[in-house]
Amino acid sequence: MPQIVLREALKRGLEEALDNDPRVFMMGEDIGEYGGAYAVTDGFLKKFGPERIKDTPISEQAFIGAGIGAAAAGLRPIVELMSMSFALVAFDQIVNMAANLRYMSGGQISIPMVIRAPTGAGVQLGATHSQSFETWLAEVPGMKVVCPSNPYDALGLMRSAIKDDNPVLVAEPALLYGAKGEVPDEYYEIEIGKADVTRTGTDITLISYGYGMRPVNEAADTLAGRGLSVEVIDLRSLSPIDMDAVIASVKKTNRVVVVDTARRRGGIMAEVTADLQQRASEWLDGPIMRVGSVDVPWPYNRGLEREVLTDAADVLAAVAEGYGL
Amino acid sequence: MASSTKSSSTTSRETAKSPKNGKNSAADLDKSGIGAETDYLDLFRQMYLIRQFEIACGENYSKGSIRGFLHLYIGQEATGVGAISTLREDDYIVSHYRDHGHALARGLDINRSMAELFGRSTGTSKGKGGSMHLFDVAKRFMGGHAIVAGQLPLAAGLALAQQYNKTDDLTICFFGDGSTNQGVYHETLNLAAVWKLPILFFLENNMYGMGSSIERVRAGGIDFYPGMATYGIPAAEVDGMDVLAVKETTELAVARIRNGEGPQFIEAKTFRFVGHSLADGQKYRGQEEVKEWEERDPTITFPTKLIAMGLATSDQIAEIKAGVDLAVENSVKFAEESPDPDLSEIHTDVLA
Repeated sequence: MPQIVLREALKRGLEEALDNDPRVFMMGEDIGEYGGAYAVTDGFLKKFGPERIKDTPISEQAFIGAGIGAAAAGLRPIVELMSMSFALVAFDQIVNMAANLRYMSGGQISIPMVIRAPTGAGVQLGATHSQSFETWLAEVPGMKVVCPSNPYDALGLMRSAIKDDNPVLVAEPALLYGAKGEVPDEYYEIEIGKADVTRTGTDITLISYGYGMRPVNEAADTLAGRGLSVEVIDLRSLSPIDMDAVIASVKKTNRVVVVDTARRRGGIMAEVTADLQQRASEWLDGPIMRVGSVDVPWPYNRGLEREVLTDAADVLAAVAEGYGL
Repeated sequence: MASSTKSSSTTSRETAKSPKNGKNSAADLDKSGIGAETDYLDLFRQMYLIRQFEIACGENYSKGSIRGFLHLYIGQEATGVGAISTLREDDYIVSHYRDHGHALARGLDINRSMAELFGRSTGTSKGKGGSMHLFDVAKRFMGGHAIVAGQLPLAAGLALAQQYNKTDDLTICFFGDGSTNQGVYHETLNLAAVWKLPILFFLENNMYGMGSSIERVRAGGIDFYPGMATYGIPAAEVDGMDVLAVKETTELAVARIRNGEGPQFIEAKTFRFVGHSLADGQKYRGQEEVKEWEERDPTITFPTKLIAMGLATSDQIAEIKAGVDLAVENSVKFAEESPDPDLSEIHTDVLA
């Protein structure tokens, strides 16, 4: 199977949609002339023209809101935020408008809109450019949130997100744009709300998503080297969450560690933990262990940032602490 | 004023009356020709309908049948009615939380609108929206929005779709003076101007953002239209108590937008005779000021003017009033008799 990087997978999904559906267009800061801060839309302006590849002023509220209006009128906008941290500037539009409009209009309005944003720390951008607010937005009813961990999922999820009639946030792990993976030429989609059991095992379940799959996979390799049978789940979708897949796995392994590279406190893994406690506590041989990045603003210094960011050693420490493995 | 707004300000002086000069604009209409097709009686009917509807809302709020916040448009009817009367079926309308007037002027069903305020299943949003969130997509009435200035970019997006689809439809976006200190107000004016969107920004300057007079919270005085030069958006001021002046000024702006000239801005000076909401004791302003504006009540001055000019008879006016009174009474009855939404409705309409 051909190997491509995650950036290319996203690009393929976007380009395909622009090719096939005249209602699809893109907006964002410097996605046109500049080619996108992470080069995902490089070349699009030339191919699709300025009416469909719209460079916006630095006005996140205005252009996210304009995307919502265009979607309400029947277009299918794909809007890029240059950083997930900038979503804060547009939270009113995302939450009060995009997510609420359908409900408060009694079902009269649909917002078929994709918001894409690079997310996460690890590239020394400091406190204001390293945050992962997909975990906040996953709490909001009326929208969906996905976060791919590899090129195959990135393409499959992007296709589904663009076809979805709801607002969908696609959180793109900034550290993974250059990550390689197999992507077939044949068309496929990945259903939003379905987790992926990426490795089957019987001794312990490790759960994560997005960039978190990297430390989880490293830790799983180490544990396997010690003779343990490890099951690994990639949530892929933070809203809705596939709790059935999570619970089925825990019933099998009786041990679980949930892992996030976003800050530990209050994040999506708190939700997973609470649900597990309520629905599967009798199946567990020990505490639900929760791993996340340190609860401080993201530091700039490389050494500090590495220490704050969840890594495989943190995952292994939690496995040892919770289950003595 | 900067050159970018010169042409429109000339127009505005010709057509729009400031509240100070008080000149009778209807008298000028024969010359302009624009008034030739105007259905004067229907303009009156709409203003009177909004007034009576909202009086009934107030009564039912006091009774406890309507809950939450209730923001009445009483006093501002000429603004919404005059502006919306110029639109076509395919144009979008976006409003703020004081939205009953715009909704009724657009022809939303009075029974379903009242039922929505009562929170009933027969309401425009099945009782899930309430007073601040009226919607009727079939009539292209896109809400009722309750985060101050949050509706501006939504309206820009609707206009963007109209432009993208190469139509000559447009979007009108109503907002109050209170929204002009929000950052997104500036962002949207800029975006719309940069992209030449077919949008009419319609400022209803009623001089107060809740209990804060605009003079207390805004640097630069009470006039907004001159500032539009910053964005290169043609702007006009109009007397918002004069339905015909509003209609005429809006018609000119609408024609420019349909002609591909990009966004336009109208500032109507108007006044709400009642508090911000029904919970407002109006400690922040004197009754003298309110009385002064009440003398210009469009639901009284307009029919008086029509009768004086021979454009209507007092019998016609009385007949319209009787019809509206009955319709409003029936709308309350309809709302009262409508069932609450079934509890299963909690989970519908969350996702498409």
